[in-house]
Amino acid sequence: MSGFDWLFFTEVSLAGLGAGALLALTGLAFVLIYKATKVVNLAIGEMLMIGAYVFFSFTAGLGLPWWAALIAALAAGGLLGAVVERAIIRPMLGESAISVFMVTIGLGSVLIGLVELTWGAAPTSLPDFMGKAPVFIGPAYVSRKIVIGFAVAAAVIAVFLIAFRYWRGGVALRATATDQGAAYSCGINVPAIFSMAWVFAGVAAAGAGVLVGAVGGISPNMGVFGLSALVVVIVGGLDSIAGALIGGILVGLIEAWAGTYLGGEYKLLTTFGLLLIVLMIRPYGLFGTVEIERL
Amino acid sequence: MRIGTAKQTYAADEALFDTNVQRAWMGLFIALCVAFPFMASEYWLYMACLVAIHVISVTGLNIVTGFTGLVSLGQAAFMGVGAYAVAYAETKLGTPALLNLLAAGLLTAAVGALVGIPSLRVKGLYLAIATIASSIILHFIFANWDSVTNGVKGVSVPPARIFGVELGRPFALYFLILPLAFLSVLGAANLFRTRIGRAFIAIRDRDISAEVLGIPLLRYKLMSFALASFYAGVAGGLWAYFFRVVTPESFPFVYSIFFLAAIIVGGMGSILGSILGAVFMTMVPEVLKIGVGVASPLLSDAVAVLSPVRTIVFGILIIGFLVFEPHGLAEIWSRIRRFFHLWPFKT
Repeated sequence: MSGFDWLFFTEVSLAGLGAGALLALTGLAFVLIYKATKVVNLAIGEMLMIGAYVFFSFTAGLGLPWWAALIAALAAGGLLGAVVERAIIRPMLGESAISVFMVTIGLGSVLIGLVELTWGAAPTSLPDFMGKAPVFIGPAYVSRKIVIGFAVAAAVIAVFLIAFRYWRGGVALRATATDQGAAYSCGINVPAIFSMAWVFAGVAAAGAGVLVGAVGGISPNMGVFGLSALVVVIVGGLDSIAGALIGGILVGLIEAWAGTYLGGEYKLLTTFGLLLIVLMIRPYGLFGTVEIERL
Repeated sequence: MRIGTAKQTYAADEALFDTNVQRAWMGLFIALCVAFPFMASEYWLYMACLVAIHVISVTGLNIVTGFTGLVSLGQAAFMGVGAYAVAYAETKLGTPALLNLLAAGLLTAAVGALVGIPSLRVKGLYLAIATIASSIILHFIFANWDSVTNGVKGVSVPPARIFGVELGRPFALYFLILPLAFLSVLGAANLFRTRIGRAFIAIRDRDISAEVLGIPLLRYKLMSFALASFYAGVAGGLWAYFFRVVTPESFPFVYSIFFLAAIIVGGMGSILGSILGAVFMTMVPEVLKIGVGVASPLLSDAVAVLSPVRTIVFGILIIGFLVFEPHGLAEIWSRIRRFFHLWPFKT
């Protein structure tokens, strides 16, 4: 291919990396919940949307500076996670995984309705708080929003990873994920860990929501982003944080390439095609733990 | 257990309706269904047709999800396949309506079996997500295979003609849709008295045990998908004849969730539940519409509120039934029946 435009390809790939970082952040929220409570949360996209809309209310509505609004949005995300866990997920403890999965579908529907009721169905954009000056990495142009999104997502993911590794609560969370009974007998308050996982996931989702909203605008349909995040975690493996990161980058890149070289309507098609292929070859994802069933 | 219905033969024990009282009620119900179009207004006929179409589709979904335990979020996309099949046959081939419906069912069954192939390797939630993927791929095909689906513009379908009679109004279509709904429900009810249906239930309860018992898992799982899709295909075909225009937007992903919600609300793994769920979920938006109509003098933008309120109510119904009444309306119904059977004793 002599006429292949490598510069353009690099730019597209960089944009894909930026989107991939956001996907990875959302995937992290997803994996967090799955690891601790074994719930596949299909409402993660909608939790993300709530974060973005709360941010929108505080900046555009109340005129707060962006950092104050961001704190408010993160707090709202955490609160939402806590309320959802306590009110809906806790009563479903011990029910089949599929019932809980469908409860989260219902939750997503409720959240979409609430957003439409409160903020209206029309898409809007978040007030600009990142500046517009383009960034050049070498000769390649990248949108400033995407660079900031990538940096923030990477930083947040790093903080989460360090917290899991060294912080007491993070260790307790990993212990709960490995063996609930053993965690209980070591004096870990397992229900509190469940709440904590949902709160952190809510915060991460709200943060991702603000970034996604800043890049692509907000609308009651932005929960669709959650579907892409779902592909990310399935491809990476539902219980693997590393899987979420690599899956996020992979899906981000593939979406960017498909969107540019094939056309926007091919984005979802290629990601879900990838999902199907991975499911057929490695049913537990690239890095997921293989569950062994016994009678 | 009902008092005073000791069974003397296996045939009596396996009968669909085990008492004469039930048979009498059923006869009355059928008579009512036949008389209904001559008494009801156009609006109620319209709703009855829509409910009947949903009953077919929900019964199909219940076969795969409620009875075989394979969660499918692709039922709406399967209906789309059926609707497009009918639209294509009607506009391009001009074959008779009943044949079109059958062909739509068979084609969708083939597609469903194809979509069920991942169930070879994955199950549970992973399978549910694989069906989401399949439904998104089907949507892509609806929107982009221009020569067959006419892209985003969609296809207009001429009214169904059966033996020279044009079925345009809901009044006429009622006599096509309702018997088919009856047939589907009867077929599903009988399916679970056969070896195949029992195998489905065994797979739901514990697939590894079922395999040990000598049920070939893959074949039966694919069969379950194919059957559910056949129902969806017929329902989709009727949908095409009913609304007379098929576009990619006719069968959104939310519609699949609607069907899943219907079997949850009605009762998973219950034929009666499929019917109750379909009726309930189809009527809820109408009741909300009436509620909004009542509230409109008080609220300034009541009509704008309708769509989000409907979304919220859908979600709350799913959550509420799963948390408080996991066996759905069918369980409530049988509790009411038990109360009358055992009266004056307490249950």
